[in-house]
Amino acid sequence: MANIQDKIAHLFPEATFEEGEILLINIPAGKLHELAQTLRDDNELAFDFLVTIVGMDWGDRLGCIYYLTSTKNNIHVSVKTSVEDRDKPAIPSVADLWKIAGIFEREVYDFYGIIFLGNPDMRRLFLSIDWKGYPLRKDYDMSSDQNPVSIENERQSDFTTVYERNDKGEIVSREERVFQEDDFVVNIGPQHPATHGVLRFRTAVDGETIQKIDVYCGYIHRGVEKLCENLQYPQTLHFMDRLDYFSAHNYHHGLCLCIEKAAGIEISRRAQVIRVMMDELSRIASHCLFIGTFCMDLGATTMLFYTLRVREQILDIMEKTCGARMTFNYDCIGGVMQDLDKDFCKDVKELLAVLPKNIAEYNKLFTGNVITKNRMEGVGVLTREDAISWSVTGPSGRASGWSCDVRKTDPYSIYSELDFDEVTATEGDSMARFKCRVEEMVQSARILEQLVDNIPEGEYCVKVPKMLKLPVGHWFQLVEGCRGAFGIYIESDGSAKPYRLKIVPPCLPLAAVVDHLTRGQKIADLITIGGSLDYIVPDIDR
Amino acid sequence: MFDFSLITEWINNALGTVFPGWLVTTIECLMIGVGLLLVYALLALFYIYYERKLCAAFQCRLGPDRVGPWGLLQSFADMFKMLIKELITLNHVDKFLFALAPYLVIIASMLAFAVLPWGNGLQIIDFNIGIFFLIAVSSIGVLGILLAGWSSNNKFTLIGALRSGAQMVSYELSIGLSVLTMVVFAGTMSVGGIVEAQSNLWFIFSGHIPAIIAFIIYLIAGTAETNRGPFDLPEAESELTAGYHTEYSGIHFGFFYLAEYLNLFIVSGTAALLFFGGWMPLHIPGWEAFNHIMDFIPGVFWFIGKAILLSFIIIWFKWTYPRLRIDQLLSLEWKYLLPINLVNLVIMVLIVVYGIHL
Repeated sequence: MANIQDKIAHLFPEATFEEGEILLINIPAGKLHELAQTLRDDNELAFDFLVTIVGMDWGDRLGCIYYLTSTKNNIHVSVKTSVEDRDKPAIPSVADLWKIAGIFEREVYDFYGIIFLGNPDMRRLFLSIDWKGYPLRKDYDMSSDQNPVSIENERQSDFTTVYERNDKGEIVSREERVFQEDDFVVNIGPQHPATHGVLRFRTAVDGETIQKIDVYCGYIHRGVEKLCENLQYPQTLHFMDRLDYFSAHNYHHGLCLCIEKAAGIEISRRAQVIRVMMDELSRIASHCLFIGTFCMDLGATTMLFYTLRVREQILDIMEKTCGARMTFNYDCIGGVMQDLDKDFCKDVKELLAVLPKNIAEYNKLFTGNVITKNRMEGVGVLTREDAISWSVTGPSGRASGWSCDVRKTDPYSIYSELDFDEVTATEGDSMARFKCRVEEMVQSARILEQLVDNIPEGEYCVKVPKMLKLPVGHWFQLVEGCRGAFGIYIESDGSAKPYRLKIVPPCLPLAAVVDHLTRGQKIADLITIGGSLDYIVPDIDR
Repeated sequence: MFDFSLITEWINNALGTVFPGWLVTTIECLMIGVGLLLVYALLALFYIYYERKLCAAFQCRLGPDRVGPWGLLQSFADMFKMLIKELITLNHVDKFLFALAPYLVIIASMLAFAVLPWGNGLQIIDFNIGIFFLIAVSSIGVLGILLAGWSSNNKFTLIGALRSGAQMVSYELSIGLSVLTMVVFAGTMSVGGIVEAQSNLWFIFSGHIPAIIAFIIYLIAGTAETNRGPFDLPEAESELTAGYHTEYSGIHFGFFYLAEYLNLFIVSGTAALLFFGGWMPLHIPGWEAFNHIMDFIPGVFWFIGKAILLSFIIIWFKWTYPRLRIDQLLSLEWKYLLPINLVNLVIMVLIVVYGIHL
């Protein structure tokens, strides 16, 4: 860490540093692009993975925090930049360095109105085109007169704006077309069986061949981040199961870890084991559902019922302990809400007994089928470089040969003590993504096997003050959700409510990469690719 | 073997004694028409129930079991619902073509019923090019699908219709060639003649390997022709919502729905006719007693039974395999099925010429 600091300080004398769990580099906006370029391209640093861009409003200044990771050295760094201008804040874009940055910057623009100079597509990402104001700014007018419920069709534009600085240093904008005038544009979504929720792909096709896809998000945007700013820490937890509803446990786990880290709460071993077991059960259930729905997307409807059979069994286990079959509110600050059900261990053992047979059945019925192979092999190939550049984490990233499992790279909870393999493949096609998930179910079962007989006695939840206040500061925590690396950024001003709570969803990059993967492919491949990436729309939209 | 022509002759004579000749013909046509519609509707209802039960069994479910005993009345309830549903009229569609399309589809499948050999003497019309007529009329259906997709003024239906067009034109070749193979073997295009030729042994047994190859190709192409999985691209629900019939509602949708199941029956029925002897009972040369017992089962049961069993295979396909992609679908036909079919036809001709068959 120290040598990064020395190196940057040497190259950028204007940079200031804040030491913490992750080094924070303060840089003036003018030097941002240069610094980003150095961080990415320098052989020793090689920060090639942009985890997220956190938009911030500090009251007097607007700005961004970039979280970067070097996949080579497995180190993290964050870069902070800000501007004073509130009318037309402008920061240089890094969309040319990391492909995913284009989408992340659109999100920041949408919520904070920060213009990114040089971003080729500066439109809102989630909110409608006519939305007034930038909702995550602290001075945003929340009255309903500002943005009344529209009773008219939403306006839509085929144009996007690009902002650049001209020779005199002024910001100029120019309009660009998203689709050409004679493009045959088909709306796939927002109501479509294969988008797995209300996501919309505006797809330009030439016959059956896809030329370009424009992803429209935000149909179920609920403003979770804004809502959290007005709620106390324990209350914010209840939104986590409404994001990726199949990774509810994992997401709760992530936010709990972040808050516990900030508040300095040590939880009991029993609670840690329970949390990890629930995470892995969720992972099996989620991958089961993935296999089922993915096969259904390809037309093999029968598989859905076979996979749901296993998922039902897991949901029954969850129901006995958590009292719900979905949207589990089980993890809480300090541990878990209730103790395990008395049948828990017996039920998990039953599940582990039937799981291998079921997986063998899936492979027999589906994986080896010649039609399946034709539909999936070589379709939607994502190279390792692209996976990193697009921040495609989770099984989809690992299928491209990128070891991005947070449980291995930055082990949290008790994962460092557990014996399991990180599943990777090298092909990067739809088949590899499918197989990775199937294999991950086996690995999750291995984790469960190690833990099911070793649940220590102890309290399931430690005492936590009723009015939990975090000290002033900021924290970042990554956990492995079922679909990829899920991150939480909390900035606290010392009160009982977060000053800023940023959710880093793994599914946003998954949806963003669809355009890159489908160019020149057939419409049917869009379904295969979308299905194999396995994004969940509430997670994208938040 | 009971000959149904005895009954039809008797009706014809009985009517002839009362009415003049032109009226007899009119009455008979009406009787056949009503009978045909009845059989058509009942078969469709049965097939819907049959497929739902079968697919439920494949998927570890029960299927319909609430309406009537074992859910038998479910299809009737569904049909009634379909009948009383509103026909939604869309703006900006070609209203005439939009309304015409489902009728074209259903007429095509109804016409094909005319030449199916239901039983000994139980055939509406038996003429010298019966099988040719069958292929010809079943091709009209694609016109309805194309019209439906085009006139709906919807991009999904248009893509569905275009897929359907490409698919039908391609797979018609395979159907035609495999039928031709069997026509060469039978030496006649008359449906009655083909059935008679199988009175000793069904073609699938007597036709050596070419007949089996032709049967497999026919089954694949027939599945594609009826737009059923794994070839259900024109209505691939996960890609095109419902393909060419997305915009249809009420009984117009019902027509497409019925026609799909009836086409399934026609394809299986034709396969039964060409390879499994139509209404002809299972006869094994030399086993006189066995053949005699088989003759006691009426031909209607033989024919419908065979068709339903063959449909089982097609339904089995659908609920097992994932869907093909359009380019894979076309390359399967043009690169594999068509050449195999042509070679197969030549082999069949050689077998017939040299008389080396059973």
